[in-house]
Amino acid sequence: MNARNTPSQTEENPTPISFVLDGKDVEAFDGETIWDVAARVGTDVPHLCHCTQAGYRSDGNCRACVVEIEGERVLAASCIRPPSQGMKVSTDSEKAVKARKMVFELLAADQPPRDEHPDPESKFWHWADKLELDAARWPQMRGHENDASHSAMHVNLSACINCNLCVRACREVQVNDVIGMAYRGAGSKVVFDFDDPMGSSSCVGCGECVQVCPTGALMEKSLLNASGTREVFADRSVDTLCPYCGVGCQTEVFVKDDKIVRIDGRDGPANNNRLCVKGRFGYDYIHSGARLTKPLIRREGVAKTTEIKMLDEDFSEHFREATWEEALEKAASGWRAVLDRDGPSAMCGFGSAKGSNEEAYLFQKLVRTGFGTNNVDHCTRLCHASSVAALMEGVGSGAVSAPFMAAEDADCIIIIGARPVVNHPVAATYFKQAVKNGAKLIVMDPRLSSISRHAWKNLQFKPGRDVAMLNAILYTIVEEELYDAQYVQGMTEGFDELKDRIKNYPPEKMAKICGVDADELRAVARMYATSEKSIIFWGMGISQHVHGTDNARCLIAMALTTGQIGRPGTGLHPLRGQNNVQGASDAGLIPMLYPDYQPVENEEIHAKMEDFWGKDLDDKRGLTVVEIINAILDDQIKGMYVMGENPAMSDPDQNHTRQALAKLDHLVVQDIFLTETAWFADVILPATAHAEKDGTFTNTNRQVQMGRKVLEAPGDARQDWEIIQDLARGIGEDWSYDQVSDVFNEMCQIMPSLNHITWERLEREGFVTYPCDTSDGPGNEIVFGDSFPTASGKGRIVPADLVSPDELPDDDYPLVLTTGRLLEHWHTGSMTRRAKILDDLEPEAIACMNARDMDKLGLAAGQRIKVSTRRGEIELVARQDWELPQGMVFIPFCFAEASANLLTNPQLDPFGKIPEFKFCAAKVAAVELLAAE
Amino acid sequence: MATILIHPNQDAEIRGQRKHPGAGRKKASAYNAVRQVDQTSRGEVLALLDGQEIQRDLLIEYLHLIQDRFGALRTRHMTALAEIMKLANAEVYEVASFYAHFLIVDDDTSVVPEVTVRVCDSLSCSLRGAEALRDELTNQHDPKKVRVVRAPCMGRCDTAPVCEVGHRHVDHATPDLVGQTIEGADFHPVIPEYKKFQTYENEGGYALLRSCRAGERTADELIDTLSASKLAGLGGAGFPTGRKWSIVRDFDGPRLMTVNGDEGEPGTFKDRYHLERDPHRFLEGALIAAWSVDVEKIYIYLRDEYPAVLEILKREIEVLHREGLVDPDFIEIRRGAGAYICGEESAMLESIEGKRGLPRHRPPYIAEVGLFGRPTLNHNVETLFWVRDIIQQGADWFSSQGREGSNGFRSFSVSGRVAEPGVKLAPAGISVRDLIREYCGGMEAGHQFKAYLPGGASGGILPERLADIPLDFGGELAAQGCFIGSHAVVILSDQDDMREVGVNLMRFFEDESCGQCTPCRNGTSVAVKLMEREAWDADMLGELSEVMMNASICGLGQAAPNPLLSILKHFPDEVVK
Repeated sequence: MNARNTPSQTEENPTPISFVLDGKDVEAFDGETIWDVAARVGTDVPHLCHCTQAGYRSDGNCRACVVEIEGERVLAASCIRPPSQGMKVSTDSEKAVKARKMVFELLAADQPPRDEHPDPESKFWHWADKLELDAARWPQMRGHENDASHSAMHVNLSACINCNLCVRACREVQVNDVIGMAYRGAGSKVVFDFDDPMGSSSCVGCGECVQVCPTGALMEKSLLNASGTREVFADRSVDTLCPYCGVGCQTEVFVKDDKIVRIDGRDGPANNNRLCVKGRFGYDYIHSGARLTKPLIRREGVAKTTEIKMLDEDFSEHFREATWEEALEKAASGWRAVLDRDGPSAMCGFGSAKGSNEEAYLFQKLVRTGFGTNNVDHCTRLCHASSVAALMEGVGSGAVSAPFMAAEDADCIIIIGARPVVNHPVAATYFKQAVKNGAKLIVMDPRLSSISRHAWKNLQFKPGRDVAMLNAILYTIVEEELYDAQYVQGMTEGFDELKDRIKNYPPEKMAKICGVDADELRAVARMYATSEKSIIFWGMGISQHVHGTDNARCLIAMALTTGQIGRPGTGLHPLRGQNNVQGASDAGLIPMLYPDYQPVENEEIHAKMEDFWGKDLDDKRGLTVVEIINAILDDQIKGMYVMGENPAMSDPDQNHTRQALAKLDHLVVQDIFLTETAWFADVILPATAHAEKDGTFTNTNRQVQMGRKVLEAPGDARQDWEIIQDLARGIGEDWSYDQVSDVFNEMCQIMPSLNHITWERLEREGFVTYPCDTSDGPGNEIVFGDSFPTASGKGRIVPADLVSPDELPDDDYPLVLTTGRLLEHWHTGSMTRRAKILDDLEPEAIACMNARDMDKLGLAAGQRIKVSTRRGEIELVARQDWELPQGMVFIPFCFAEASANLLTNPQLDPFGKIPEFKFCAAKVAAVELLAAE
Repeated sequence: MATILIHPNQDAEIRGQRKHPGAGRKKASAYNAVRQVDQTSRGEVLALLDGQEIQRDLLIEYLHLIQDRFGALRTRHMTALAEIMKLANAEVYEVASFYAHFLIVDDDTSVVPEVTVRVCDSLSCSLRGAEALRDELTNQHDPKKVRVVRAPCMGRCDTAPVCEVGHRHVDHATPDLVGQTIEGADFHPVIPEYKKFQTYENEGGYALLRSCRAGERTADELIDTLSASKLAGLGGAGFPTGRKWSIVRDFDGPRLMTVNGDEGEPGTFKDRYHLERDPHRFLEGALIAAWSVDVEKIYIYLRDEYPAVLEILKREIEVLHREGLVDPDFIEIRRGAGAYICGEESAMLESIEGKRGLPRHRPPYIAEVGLFGRPTLNHNVETLFWVRDIIQQGADWFSSQGREGSNGFRSFSVSGRVAEPGVKLAPAGISVRDLIREYCGGMEAGHQFKAYLPGGASGGILPERLADIPLDFGGELAAQGCFIGSHAVVILSDQDDMREVGVNLMRFFEDESCGQCTPCRNGTSVAVKLMEREAWDADMLGELSEVMMNASICGLGQAAPNPLLSILKHFPDEVVK
């Protein structure tokens, strides 16, 4: 499986150390401890504080693994002791065996009784059982109150053995820095912050501590009864993937009585056993009573209105249940009617980045071959379309040049317009670890975040002034000749134009515009350019602007001028937002591109695809998400297919979007919940959740991974690929896929990116990174080493000029509104808000503001406020937030009751066609409250 | 019922017309951080830091600044400090709570007492009624104003019982004397008369250092002299000084030097004795060592129980700056905060780095990977104190003293039931019987010699019948399962109960265990419980001692069973019934 981070046996140190273990000659390879060697040769040495997972430092504190070394007075912890040449080690000497047993007895004496224990099957008891202890003779030392204050985790320190693993988990592995080991001696105690209850501490709920705790002192509440004793034991587990962000964590999902009861991280290529709060605790949405279990058809005469009611279980007034036959026929016939009357250009489809590669592929194939149009798009349009536009133009590929773990090799890391601690929490752990290991982190964002504490520099620039700031950096690179002349000469084009155009943007002049001192801008330019290895990560703070493509062009120019790309520890990495946004884009859910980014308007390719699919295809690029909405309002589009997407929440200026959705002649929505978008549907088809299907998913690192079915779908809900196939057949296509792998195999025929990646290989290996050169070797994590996939083979530097945000604050709307996600909620909240723990952690719509702005407006933290823009107004709770600069309001777009996108500006970036979610003018006022008994 | 304010939109929800998918079982938090940093606290902490560049390793110093100014560590100040230092709250809290001298106070509503009275209850003070004194003080004073707490050895065992009121010590303490000190409201240490720079220099001080620096001596020459003198580490381990210098010098620089001034072994007060009388002799020794080993900087780690020494060293190092003998910043004093374990050299390094004082695993040894990961020369105060004299007067001057084949003289800290306790400069290898007779004026009136601790709390206990064996590193003492350690000799008499002595010592280890490893953390606690019983179970205590001695990470846990094993061996009738 994954070979990364596992101790190397041969490659680093070819001359091993010989020593004697229990009378036998053994060899230790580079970095191996006595314990490692013992484990490798099959000698079972007990251990508690030692964890073999990547990132866990040996601590040697519990003394459960002590061994005797000849010539040494005291025993040594084998987990932390490297052997030396000729050393004689006994794991089985009387002294060692006795000491280990006594260690366990002392610890066991302090444990709660086994039948009241938080985890009678824990690692601790596993070893205790083997050692046949007589613990009862020792006096018991201490007891602790249970701490049940956290929504997901239970703390019972009476079962704690002070092994420190949770501290290492929280501080060194996840680097969330919440847990400490406080006090001393027998009073030593695991604490959260200032010995606060876990539930009111700064805990971010990643659950890493729970996963490594060897006793159950820290446990998932889902496994415990009310008094904190474990009573849930899974009957099976399945290796699969997390359904949430683009990191693509591998998971092991534990099931009891057909319910998920617990999720652990596996040693995946992008997570090394780590998970975040969503991935570990946000699974129960699939068991929600609101799941769609039967096809629904809009009742006759029930009009589509723009005021959405969340119906969940209670939809009978608006929709009626139907059989699959009826629903599929109704869906297909509605489309046929539009097609017959208005032709292919009146049709469109929004696919989903949440579904599998196979589903994305089939969806675009249905739209292109069944509807006969290229009007197919998905949420990448709202996320990284501008990044992709700039990357395609600059380096000839929309994907990342290096995985995010490349940060571990970097000397300088720039994170701009991204909040990985919230949106890519597991990726953030690698960034924070890199800083701990000495890398310089530069965070560029108008808002701070918890990663800011780790930064060498925080450039808190003025919102929307990215290009001014980045041009000042490029100016410095050029003016101070920090660029790599040889690289520029051999690997790039367009440098002279940049050199000429950048003259207008000296840091001293840009400082006033972007709000960052010229000295800081120059210092950052020098650090980035002159570090041996620098890498840039960005998110939607870059892309969701009318100048999003320009923003990304600047980042690409930084990398190309300095040669900080194509080597380990360097590169360009737009952090992908959804679990399969990379895969869905690769599979062709893009109006201008066929699978693998082949342009629909290229005659040769068009002909090839017509031939491959055996159908006449639309030869003009299709419309993008916001353009489709506008086209509906312009009476050009009448029929629509939405799968797993929620434009009624996710698209900008929702009054406008919802009017469009209500206006459609025929809308078919395929989803697992009755989403806000489904409210406008004529036919609603119940689909399967991530945990209910097999399929491949491609994460932000270009790692194609296998997702496996954990549970059967509820009720009559069906596999998405089957539904798409049935709908295709309903509009006259003769598809005959028997299983998901058939779809993948078809994709492989026309997608060179999948060369050497087969379904069987993915089933066997779990993941493969593309591009991959051989059928058994690992894929290429780092690309563009010697050329770019552009026509000339060179990277293209494209200068950018300053463009202001579309809607600047003024006297009427004096604040800047920006939108995004919360750690606990994902996308439009359709899944996470139906996950109990996540809903408990972030239960209400909030707007975050700086304390000074709140004071100025006379607002109290926690009070209700009204936020308005020229497009709408919403009411929600004000949160005082030190991360916000003055003059800015942040609203997460996951709350249906106060949908941020009622307020946002639909103005588009001209290249990426992405709306300016990150900037519009807004005002805030207190909401008067009524007195009630 | 209380009137609550409800918004019309919420009203609909309350009546069951849900408008969103969430269950809404809880309310949103009004803040994004659990503990907000308030501007006042940030300002107060910044003012204390006085514009210095923030250093992670100075965390304990910063906590001292806050506590010295505000009487306690309030959470709001710790939150502000964490933010200023870019640390997590837990990182600050775990350090603050590790050290006994920090008083953590929840928030501003808690009352911070005006003064803390620490009552030493280590063996020598306990023999002289420390527990009764503490009880009386507790009863006499309003806890809101006067906080009375127990404390481990303060290094004034010759004047037992001892209290510390604020930073002012009260020797031979009585409730009245302590009461007068509290009323006097001067909680600063009393600075004793000591030999100042000028006098020291006039008597030939710093001539050796100057000659070294002038190239008139070589480091090798110094090392040879020290090796010939047989000077050994007087902190307790007895490692040959000359050899230590060569070892550290052989590792690639930059090297650092630390001075272990955390004299915490109960019964030990000789380092304080020397520093309060002749600080420059120590400083010159340290500077000669630094020169010989070519270190970049000296850190002096001084226990917080010695505030007078702190003041003396600060003043005199300042004088050295003025005299141009030492560059500013070359010597940095770090103040401990109440933790015996920080006398363990690697725990001390952790503490200097601003962390909890947890001993490190060896290998690597600190000579190779020490402070901030660099090769480190670490010395006890007294070891350095003798360097100048040995070099100037020759190896023989030192090595020729000593009895029974031992070399040199030692500063014995003698306390307990003798007529004249105190620091006794006596030949190495002297027997305890001779030490009492020749140096201590015999036993205290009315007491009959029964037993003695040759090396503080951890060096074991021997009966009177073994009072003639030589006191030195190794040798016969070691054969008896004891060690001389820091030469802290506590004399017990017929009036002392060995079970109580044993419990007192084990409680000390329980309190002072860092808590890192199981055998020591749990072992000391279990041992106290078992020893508090009327009758000791020799088998269980034996088994327990074995795991502690064999499997603890550091010397604390490994040596903690020594006294109980000694008692079981030599005084079984008193404990096994």
